[in-house]
Amino acid sequence: MSVDARAARTRVRAPDAPASRGRIRRAGPVTPYLFLLPYLMLFVGFVLAPAVFGFWISLHDYNYLLPGKPWVGFANYLDLFTPGSRDSGDFWHSMLATGIFTVFSVPLLLACPLGVALLLHRSFPGRTFFRAVFFAPYVLGVAVVGVLFRFVLDPNIGLLNSYLGHSFPWTTDVPWVWVSLVGMTVWWTLGFNAVIYLAGLQEIPAELYEASRVDGASRWQQFRHVTLPGLRPVLMFVLTVTILASANMFGQSFLVTKGAPGTATRTAVMYIAQTGLGSNRQGVAAAMSYVLALILMAVSVLNVRLLQRREVS
Amino acid sequence: MSGNHPSRSPMSRRGFLALSGGIGSAMALAACGGTKTPPSAPAGGNGGATYTGPKVTISFWNGFTGSDGATAKKMIDQFNAATPNIHVDMNVYQWADLFQKLPAAVQSGNGPDVAAMHLDDMPTQAAQQVIVPLDDVAAALGLKESDFSPAVWQGGLYKGKRYGIPIDVHNLGLYYNKTVMQQAGLDPDKPPQTKDDYMAALDALKGKGIQGSWVSPFQFTGGFMFESLLWQFGGDIFDSGVTKATWDSDAGVQALTWMVDLVKNGYSPHNVGQDADYIALKNGKNVFNWQGIWQVNDVSTLKTFEIGTAQLPKIGGNGGVWGNSHQFVLPRKTSTDANKSDASRYFINWFTKNAITWAQSAKVPARKDLADSPEFAAMTALKSFGEDVQYVHFPPSVPGIDDALTELYNGVNSAVLLKQEPAAALSAAASRASKIIQDNSKKYGA
Repeated sequence: MSVDARAARTRVRAPDAPASRGRIRRAGPVTPYLFLLPYLMLFVGFVLAPAVFGFWISLHDYNYLLPGKPWVGFANYLDLFTPGSRDSGDFWHSMLATGIFTVFSVPLLLACPLGVALLLHRSFPGRTFFRAVFFAPYVLGVAVVGVLFRFVLDPNIGLLNSYLGHSFPWTTDVPWVWVSLVGMTVWWTLGFNAVIYLAGLQEIPAELYEASRVDGASRWQQFRHVTLPGLRPVLMFVLTVTILASANMFGQSFLVTKGAPGTATRTAVMYIAQTGLGSNRQGVAAAMSYVLALILMAVSVLNVRLLQRREVS
Repeated sequence: MSGNHPSRSPMSRRGFLALSGGIGSAMALAACGGTKTPPSAPAGGNGGATYTGPKVTISFWNGFTGSDGATAKKMIDQFNAATPNIHVDMNVYQWADLFQKLPAAVQSGNGPDVAAMHLDDMPTQAAQQVIVPLDDVAAALGLKESDFSPAVWQGGLYKGKRYGIPIDVHNLGLYYNKTVMQQAGLDPDKPPQTKDDYMAALDALKGKGIQGSWVSPFQFTGGFMFESLLWQFGGDIFDSGVTKATWDSDAGVQALTWMVDLVKNGYSPHNVGQDADYIALKNGKNVFNWQGIWQVNDVSTLKTFEIGTAQLPKIGGNGGVWGNSHQFVLPRKTSTDANKSDASRYFINWFTKNAITWAQSAKVPARKDLADSPEFAAMTALKSFGEDVQYVHFPPSVPGIDDALTELYNGVNSAVLLKQEPAAALSAAASRASKIIQDNSKKYGA
């Protein structure tokens, strides 16, 4: 390929070599930045600037509708770490809810889609159909999924309990609510991770499987020593993205449980939204989002470190 | 549910940057409008008694997503036909969305000309300069306090100025499934109105294996049921100056204990889900439901079961019924268009005069003379709600009061789901709410 291209270039260049003025310079010092510019503008305009502005907001007692927005320095942050303040109890309670959800949903969202991807990777009649079927729920909006599961999971008049013949409190009592929220999230988003895995599986060279078979590896050994190492970069991506997505869970508990029982399933993002957009206390809400964002950044860095170190060893 | 369920646009899976960046940018955009504009009441001609200006189009935002939306549409069609020089464009949002969109729109100069909101939303929006005073409209309409229940009238006042023109009262009432009552050997024309009758009816139903009074743990409508009971037992949600929450009084504990006992003693199933109490009423599984007037048109469409409506039963010693009121407000405009502002006032004037048509959307007219009129008496399903208006307590008109009430609804939720004892749930919620009230009074300078 590259040889052909170079040959073509020399051929084109040969006739007008002396008059090289009108030719586009391919290695100008600004060129890469010019290519980056359009996205950079979007990034700065819609991510970086708002993020910086958000930090500025978090240093004020901010309500965008009130004329006075007193500067409070780091008081919003300090309040979050002061037991007994207006928000600290509720905020950390909501962080705990987010933590519980993440801890239970992430392993399932790593394992189940992997199993599905392995099955969908094999060739059998109707494979494309099943690939579409498993991805289908992901296309639905959370509002649709939420309303759907409210009818399925209602403790007294829901479809599921009607089949089971027993009133499990799927939407109103712990630990059942967590089973529901994790279960519906796995059902809903499994397809996305499965597609990423599937792409990863297709990248693993068939020769490796062939060689291992020749060496007498069992199916399990193949999975353990060929498939998993081959998927490591994909796994790291899936893990990071899944943790972040789970930690940002909002719609499911907002729609299906409304935070019940009490505020047990009110997640961090739900509490931030309630504080910032419901009560118009954007200063505290911005501080809370920054605390959440920093924690998630730390977790992500940890992920990458851990998985990379294993790759070295 | 008449659009009374708050539902914000849900967030789906996003990266963490979207979290910090997204919320940040929403605020940045919202803040773009600047806040330097002083609140300006557009010049209002004769307060909307007549409109003589050129042809204008005005926009009207509200949260009438239920059968009330259809009635509002019908009335606006009538208005547009009768008033060739004013065209009203109506936008309907979920109430919760309305209170996020409206302030941002007003701030950026894109707010509507007229809006409707609840009694207890107005002080918050007035303090945030989202709405402007309309004393002139009240004067042009010749409205005075004696035309309304005092709470409906005074609720529209903030710092001595009038911000709301009352449209309706919507309160809680007793819905009962006549068909199931008859099957269980109860007289379907005599819904229970006292505590003894209520418990006797529930015992009779229990004997037939029916759990007759499902208790919802959610604001709609378990929270409203608790507030009604609290007033019936002689308590109140806040002290008289709204400086602290008082729902953890003896009356509150009695009220919540009575609700929780319905669950504990098998008159209600455990773990009632959102709206399940009402859906079960329509399915014939539940018999008595403390429900809002806004469902009257919905139950009237049922084929299998006949649902009746009655006044709330008196469980405590006093009359006590939760209620609220829709009122017209004028959003702040950054540019003053005298014609639009006159037209908006004329529209409010016209709508208020035709409020008896509005009652067909299942509401009690706010004006006493309309509520006592033969036209309203002819709407039989609404009659009991009208009779209960004398007992209605409204949420207090204090900025940011919704934040405090959220704590109450969370506390009721914990208790009805049997996660906390009623007294403990109420006092924990009350101390959090009291802190919020103090915060708010500092913030809004009350």
